[in-house]
Amino acid sequence: MESQLPAEFIVNINHERCRKCKRCVINCSFSAIEFKDKVTANNRQCVACHRCATFCPENAITIIHNPLDYKDGYNWSPEIRKNILKQAESGGIILTGMGNPRPYPIYWDHMLIDACQVTNPSIDPLREPMELRTYLGAKPEALEFEGDIDNISLKTELAPQVKLDIPIVFAAMSYGAISLNAHKALAMAAKRMGTLMNTGEGGLHEDLAGYTDRIIVQVASGRFGVTSKYLNNSALVEIKIGQGAKPGIGGHLPGEKVGEDISKTRMIPVGTDALSPAPHHDIYSIEDLSQLIYAIKETTDYKKPVSVKIAAVHNVAAIASGIVRAGADIVMIDGFRGGTGAAPMVIRDHVGIPIELALAAVDDRLRQEGIRNRASILVGGSIRQSADVVKAIALGADACVIGTASLIAMGCRVCQKCYTGNCAWGIATQKPELVRRLNPEVGADRLCNLLTAWGHEIQEVLGSLGINAIESLRGSRERLRGVGLSQETLDILGIKHAGIGQ
Amino acid sequence: MRINAKGMHYRPMNKMIRDAVASGEKEFELDNIGGQRYIGAGLNENVKITINGTPGNDLGAFMNGPKIIVNANGQDGLANTMNAGEIIVHGNVGDIIGYGMRGGKFYIKGDVGYRVGIHMKEYKKQVPIIIAGGTAGDFFGEYMAGGIMILLGMNGKSPLVGDYVGTGMHGGVIYIRGKVDPYHLGKEVSCLELSEEDTKLISGYLKEYCEYFGFDFNEVMSAKFTKLVPLSLRPYGNMYVY
Ligand code: SF4
Ligand code: SF4
Repeated sequence: MESQLPAEFIVNINHERCRKCKRCVINCSFSAIEFKDKVTANNRQCVACHRCATFCPENAITIIHNPLDYKDGYNWSPEIRKNILKQAESGGIILTGMGNPRPYPIYWDHMLIDACQVTNPSIDPLREPMELRTYLGAKPEALEFEGDIDNISLKTELAPQVKLDIPIVFAAMSYGAISLNAHKALAMAAKRMGTLMNTGEGGLHEDLAGYTDRIIVQVASGRFGVTSKYLNNSALVEIKIGQGAKPGIGGHLPGEKVGEDISKTRMIPVGTDALSPAPHHDIYSIEDLSQLIYAIKETTDYKKPVSVKIAAVHNVAAIASGIVRAGADIVMIDGFRGGTGAAPMVIRDHVGIPIELALAAVDDRLRQEGIRNRASILVGGSIRQSADVVKAIALGADACVIGTASLIAMGCRVCQKCYTGNCAWGIATQKPELVRRLNPEVGADRLCNLLTAWGHEIQEVLGSLGINAIESLRGSRERLRGVGLSQETLDILGIKHAGIGQ
Repeated sequence: MRINAKGMHYRPMNKMIRDAVASGEKEFELDNIGGQRYIGAGLNENVKITINGTPGNDLGAFMNGPKIIVNANGQDGLANTMNAGEIIVHGNVGDIIGYGMRGGKFYIKGDVGYRVGIHMKEYKKQVPIIIAGGTAGDFFGEYMAGGIMILLGMNGKSPLVGDYVGTGMHGGVIYIRGKVDPYHLGKEVSCLELSEEDTKLISGYLKEYCEYFGFDFNEVMSAKFTKLVPLSLRPYGNMYVY
């Protein structure tokens, strides 16, 4: 069918500056630029990934929004009309990548961090030791010691713990959704920074063998690449029940992306669809979840913490309570702004709830029930800056996970075309010529720089709060104040409005 | 090593087995088993475990090598994500057996429950096999992505298999001894006659199967089998627009 879709972007080429080196042509993985005597653009193909402009040595390329792609309108917005046209032409479900771009409220930006000036003198973060270390895993009700004062030892048997030097972990992104070089960069950075990366549900590539003590391995419904070796070669094991970008929806890696290497890692034949629907077919209740948790604990000889990942939905507090009672050592909650390699747009943009509200509800519920110590809470779903991390920890999280932010650090331009497999930056692609574009060493350096910078910023904020350990901030909602929020929202978040004192 | 499991909790019992395996023990006989879960879970060695009594759920989960013989019925979740090894059950088993199984053999003398062989996979030479002698419940081979399942219906009950057989199936093959009414089939499945190669393939496994359970091989092979394969390797290929 003839397409009626107008171009979204216009690629402007300044022919006076252009020296015809054709670098843009080579760099455009969406076939939007050609060379016929001079550089010409097929605007309809452009996704605004900015690869061409970034690599043009003459700065001759600019990409702009097509000013009249559709006449503006608030109700019948260009995007709504574009989607109607696409579906009228295809009859298909619209797929999309990356996180929810819609203008829902971002509660992080309506929470401010308190400072301390007189009663608790501030700490100089540049001079004094500032502790960011965090331990993930179940904590005991109380500690018992034995021996006497000169020779004291811990009597309580501790559940397995994973030490993080910084309370920021790389989010689950599978090999398949992202490239091997992206995975390598994440693993290297996790090792160097004393934190963790997460395989996602795609199995563990053999090239990551040297990093297994810094890797979270995932068990999802499709059980791709899951063996006892995989479970044991990890820092911790995560059962994936849900994902913020697509609650209630599973994964689907189309067969054309399942090449030789992915087929080996996922343990399926080349070219077959990798389907992992939302339900684990052996889990219909919390008791069943508990069974899987303990099957994993038995398989790993009770040496690995087991995490359960769920999407933020309105019942998340009750679900989290069940998860903790089922024996999980970590609850991972993913908010509705979390990223994805591919999801039906209708799900990504309209299903689920913000992480801020979910986190507050879960932490509250676990405290009320007296079981907050039994599991660590990890949260993700659009953690965009160090301030978001601090606010999340003050709201009750133990640590945060970053997916999109880590991809942006590696070069992602959030063009949202991950599902096409044409990522011009070598991140969300399996095409060897594109994967090559991401040098794992360089990617790791960029990731380490990001974490280093956020770590320093968190230390600065802790200093301003007059505390010298992230531990002291955990669940300390008194240190947050809301601005521009309704009373109901403030109640859910469990924080006071700015201007209210002790 | 012989363990009297009467009244024992699964955790110390399984630890005992793991420790003994680590120190070189090759054979286990577990007496008075009554519902202990996760027996053989995650074991990677070629040991033999004989179970006298009915083991609990998730027997052989993530297992990679052992041979387990159950001299009674099994419960749910047997061979969950099993990678290699053998499980032989001289009775019936419950639901969700062989979930995500991707290697090894799983032979059951009697009936199997719901959702058998869900997400079963194969990779190169690693082809998992499930053979059941009786009948099966609904969702047999749902999301099946590889491997071989054979259902014999030797107990004379009908229907042989429940509804939604092979729903979402996109790999592997199912052989059912007898006829399957089309309305039992998922819409991703097609019914074929057996080729000579098929007969040769299943004969090999069924000979072994008959030896374990004392069935008469010629009698098993005398009936007509139905072969089920996925219609498409990409059942959801056309559902999306980019
Ligand atoms: S798709 Fe990317 S590389 Fe191609 S023209 Fe557009 S911005 Fe440039
Ligand atoms: S990962 Fe690649 S394809 Fe996906 S949004 Fe980022 S730049 Fe675009």
